[in-house]
Amino acid sequence: MSEAVAVETQESRWTRGKVGTLCLIMSEASFFSIFIVAHLFYTGKSLNGPYPAEVLEWPWLATACLLSSSASVVFAVKFLEKGSVPLFTAFLFITALLGSIFLGFTAVEWYGLIFDQGLTIGTNLFGTTFYSLVGFHAAHVTIGVLIMTLMLVLSLGGHVRAEHSERVDMFSWYWHFVDIVWILVFTVVYAIPLWPLF
Amino acid sequence: MVAIDGSAERHASTRPWTDVLHDWVVTVDHKKLGIMYVTSGIVFFVIAGLEAVAMRVQLAAANNDFLSPEVFNRLFTMHGTTMVFLVGMPIITGFANFVLPLMIGARDMAFPRLNAWGFWMFLFGGLILHFSYLGSMGLYGAGSAPDVGWFAYSPLAGKAFSRGNATDYWVLGILVSGFGSLSGAVNMIATAFTMRCKGMTLRRMPLLVWMTLVVSFLMLLVLPPLTAAQVMLLFDRFLGAHFFDTQSGGDAVLWQHFFWFFGHPEVYILVIPGFAYASEIIPVFSRKVIFGYAVMVAATVSIGFVATAVWAHHMFTVGMGKGLNIWFAAMTMVVGIPTGIKLFNWLATMYGGRIRFRTPMLFCTAFLAQFLIAGLTGIMLAAAPFNWQLSDSYFVVAHFHYVLIGGLLMTIFAAIYYWFPKMTGLMLSETLGRWHFWVFIVGFQISFATMHIQGLLGMPRRIYTYPADRGWEVWNFITSAGVAFQVAGVVFLVLAIIQAFRRPQPAGDDPWDAWTLEWSTSSPPPAYNFAEEPEVHSRRPLWDLKHPEDPDWKYE
Amino acid sequence: MSLIAGAAAAAEPGGQGVVQVPSMFAAASTPAGIIADYSVLVFGICAAIFVVVAGLIIVTVVRFRSRPGDDDREPPQVYGSNQVELAWTVVPVLIVILLSLVTARNILALQKDERPEGWLPVTAIGHQWWWEFHYPEQGITTANELHLPVGRPTFFDLESQDVIHSFWVPQLSGKTDLIPNRTNHLWVDPFEPGVYVGQCAEYCGTQHAQMLLRVVVHTPRGFESWLAHQRTEAVMSPGVAEGRRLFESTACVNCHTVRGTDADGRFGPDLTHLMSRATIGAGVASNDRAHLLEWVTDPDHFKPGVRMPAMKLGVKQVEQVVDYLLTLK
Repeated sequence: MSEAVAVETQESRWTRGKVGTLCLIMSEASFFSIFIVAHLFYTGKSLNGPYPAEVLEWPWLATACLLSSSASVVFAVKFLEKGSVPLFTAFLFITALLGSIFLGFTAVEWYGLIFDQGLTIGTNLFGTTFYSLVGFHAAHVTIGVLIMTLMLVLSLGGHVRAEHSERVDMFSWYWHFVDIVWILVFTVVYAIPLWPLF
Repeated sequence: MVAIDGSAERHASTRPWTDVLHDWVVTVDHKKLGIMYVTSGIVFFVIAGLEAVAMRVQLAAANNDFLSPEVFNRLFTMHGTTMVFLVGMPIITGFANFVLPLMIGARDMAFPRLNAWGFWMFLFGGLILHFSYLGSMGLYGAGSAPDVGWFAYSPLAGKAFSRGNATDYWVLGILVSGFGSLSGAVNMIATAFTMRCKGMTLRRMPLLVWMTLVVSFLMLLVLPPLTAAQVMLLFDRFLGAHFFDTQSGGDAVLWQHFFWFFGHPEVYILVIPGFAYASEIIPVFSRKVIFGYAVMVAATVSIGFVATAVWAHHMFTVGMGKGLNIWFAAMTMVVGIPTGIKLFNWLATMYGGRIRFRTPMLFCTAFLAQFLIAGLTGIMLAAAPFNWQLSDSYFVVAHFHYVLIGGLLMTIFAAIYYWFPKMTGLMLSETLGRWHFWVFIVGFQISFATMHIQGLLGMPRRIYTYPADRGWEVWNFITSAGVAFQVAGVVFLVLAIIQAFRRPQPAGDDPWDAWTLEWSTSSPPPAYNFAEEPEVHSRRPLWDLKHPEDPDWKYE
Repeated sequence: MSLIAGAAAAAEPGGQGVVQVPSMFAAASTPAGIIADYSVLVFGICAAIFVVVAGLIIVTVVRFRSRPGDDDREPPQVYGSNQVELAWTVVPVLIVILLSLVTARNILALQKDERPEGWLPVTAIGHQWWWEFHYPEQGITTANELHLPVGRPTFFDLESQDVIHSFWVPQLSGKTDLIPNRTNHLWVDPFEPGVYVGQCAEYCGTQHAQMLLRVVVHTPRGFESWLAHQRTEAVMSPGVAEGRRLFESTACVNCHTVRGTDADGRFGPDLTHLMSRATIGAGVASNDRAHLLEWVTDPDHFKPGVRMPAMKLGVKQVEQVVDYLLTLK
């Protein structure tokens, strides 16, 4: 069949898992963009209060937790690649814990906004865009925590081995994406009204 | 490359029907899913077609009372929504599903179970939408389908002006089936990038695969904005949010920006697969390689990019500033350049060939002429001042039916006649195919060529009736008369399909003497597609096999 | 073009007149004329492209179809040609550049964001499914029929009370949408007196189809006399006191205004000079006693889904109310 023409093999570092995860992340990025655009568009347009600068506080601790969880998940992946399952499990647990603490901070923040400040999704345009954007982000964090819980259960049951490290790596891409979205949310939702320079 | 085992499907006639049904319901096989997608799409096509027939009966005369305004408004909403989301999307997904893995020499798609999930999500979404005919508590009483138009502008689609749940069925039906489309896109990209057979570099992929990739990337980019906008609408309708609530400072035009950011690329998502079918069929029936393969790829990719930058040409009348109007007008005209290039390349493929006008080629040739008209009326609509007269009139309706029927449906018909033999092992009758073609084409021109005139004479769209003294009646009557021919044409197609099973003509592996890998398998292919992974050295592996003295790889 | 342009009948200013076919090419105002000329150019370019390419398709199909005598040899395989690709890229690019420049020039000529000095201001407010018109200089409010003068261009502020509508009278100008929470603009400059028709061009609910527009263009003097008449308060005719009493004591006044009386509702059309209009229900029926009786009895009869409810008056009461309405000239 083939004579002089060399056959090119299709070996590639692109596995279907990697391509699929990247595609998912691209579509999620597109989804979040619309909520970010809506929030930016409606900045300053609420007809009545409460207004962002009045009721928002810098989410420093929550942000610290979430960003460190991106670091811990990197460690988790590295350890699994090397075959150190217990260390993988530990760092995965830390990641999940940090994510859950972030969700806890969100819950506390929302409780205060709703019951003390009287800000709901229907109060004004700020409420509408705030709860939607922050809420969808929190939902994505929640999904990540649930996936990690599943992985922890499997790991504790002795079912996870080094050869599964690519799958965990794919999850970590998703987790990093969720972090990057938070950085955008932080800038657009909190920094713009709270930072005097704006 | 022949099927090794006598697969169980060959003896299907002796198996209990429950077994057969079970096979299809639980299948993750891309070939079966592809057939299911296309078949479901055709069923919804008949439903939406009947909705159109009813509307045209109502509009055949001025001040007609065949349909009430409420019913008419539901019909045009359901007709548009069904045709776009439940006919166009599944049929293109179905053909890509069936053909793409075979064309790249793969065993199946990258994610077979995700594939199956996507199909059932699409179907479920379609059932949700149609359940609204029966189950929603609409403004007009028990059971009413949505009536806000297929693009559901705010504030009309908000709670205040759209009471009951009709609009919610619109949102949920599309939302659910949209997850199916999105998963299909992920699958296509992963499959095309990671599962090509030996020797098939990106530059040796068939054009259908390239175009499916462009379409899939577009879907990844623009389906989520539709989902986001629809979620926002649901929040407005159920949680008291104010995204599009003008009473609370919300902006009605924001919905339009979000929707059309999806909506314009969507029409390219729909029509580019049509280009893909033409790009496979025209060369085979002209007996010539596609002219300008690399340019075709480049043109399609640039169409994909430009398509995302023109959405507000649907909004020339909302009062945007001069700069924006100029930008969107100019960019929309720009997209005509790569599209025209492709048309010339198809023509150049035919030029100098030995064209066999079998049914698939008849439809592809008609596609060329009709898509030319569609593109030119598109240029007219891109000309913003002209648009200020033509927008929201029957001229627009004529334009997009030339795109979607004259462009997409023609190539879908071609694809059906072309790949049905591969899917089933049976030929479709050439005689019935010709009847289908000629009767349908005549009806299509009668209806939609004249429809441009109604728009030029000032008739807006989405009206359930019109006064008798505006000079529109005769043109409406002619448009309605053409419907009978189109219905008859589709009946011929259905007859052809039925006839193929009742009086089988075996197709063989390669009835058209074609050149891509799917024609090297049996018809239908075995479950595993290829006994051994194929190895290719050019864009037309079967040409190389059939012409060893003059293979393609010498010239590419 | 004459077939499309339709019969151009000059109408009695303020009278019924013969309705013309509202073709965009039968331009009767400056912006419509600019658009019509521009559109002919665009259409001409597209038609030329069509003739060339369709001709090529036909030539190709006829010349290169396989014939019975053909053997099974494949024709020469031509993979492409960079020169040819360049040629048929350059020509479309040039056409697009030309068209874009002409388009930009016309957009700049047609779009006006501010009312030029001396132009007549009119505010149009869209409702489901009727039109409200204010003339702020003169302090009048009317409904559904728009009266304009020749010789003084009119500049519109377009607003909406509920959903998105679109103001479209093809012979006078292109359309512009009426969007709630936003003010858009439109301008017209009619050439000569006449009656021009149009209708709402953005789907706005059940009766979108019957939100018709009727524009009566007057000579300058005719317009002045129309204005003067509209400025007067409602006729207080003695013979219809019972009808007026019924009108003012039932729910009519919640929606309708009759200037000079206590009726000052804003939800429905102003009825002060109802009988100066040729049609009722935004064009759905001609304005005469028989139709008014049917309308007041049950508006749904003409316009299913209309916002005005059937007032459940007795037959005699309806006649009295209508006789009162008939005096509102």
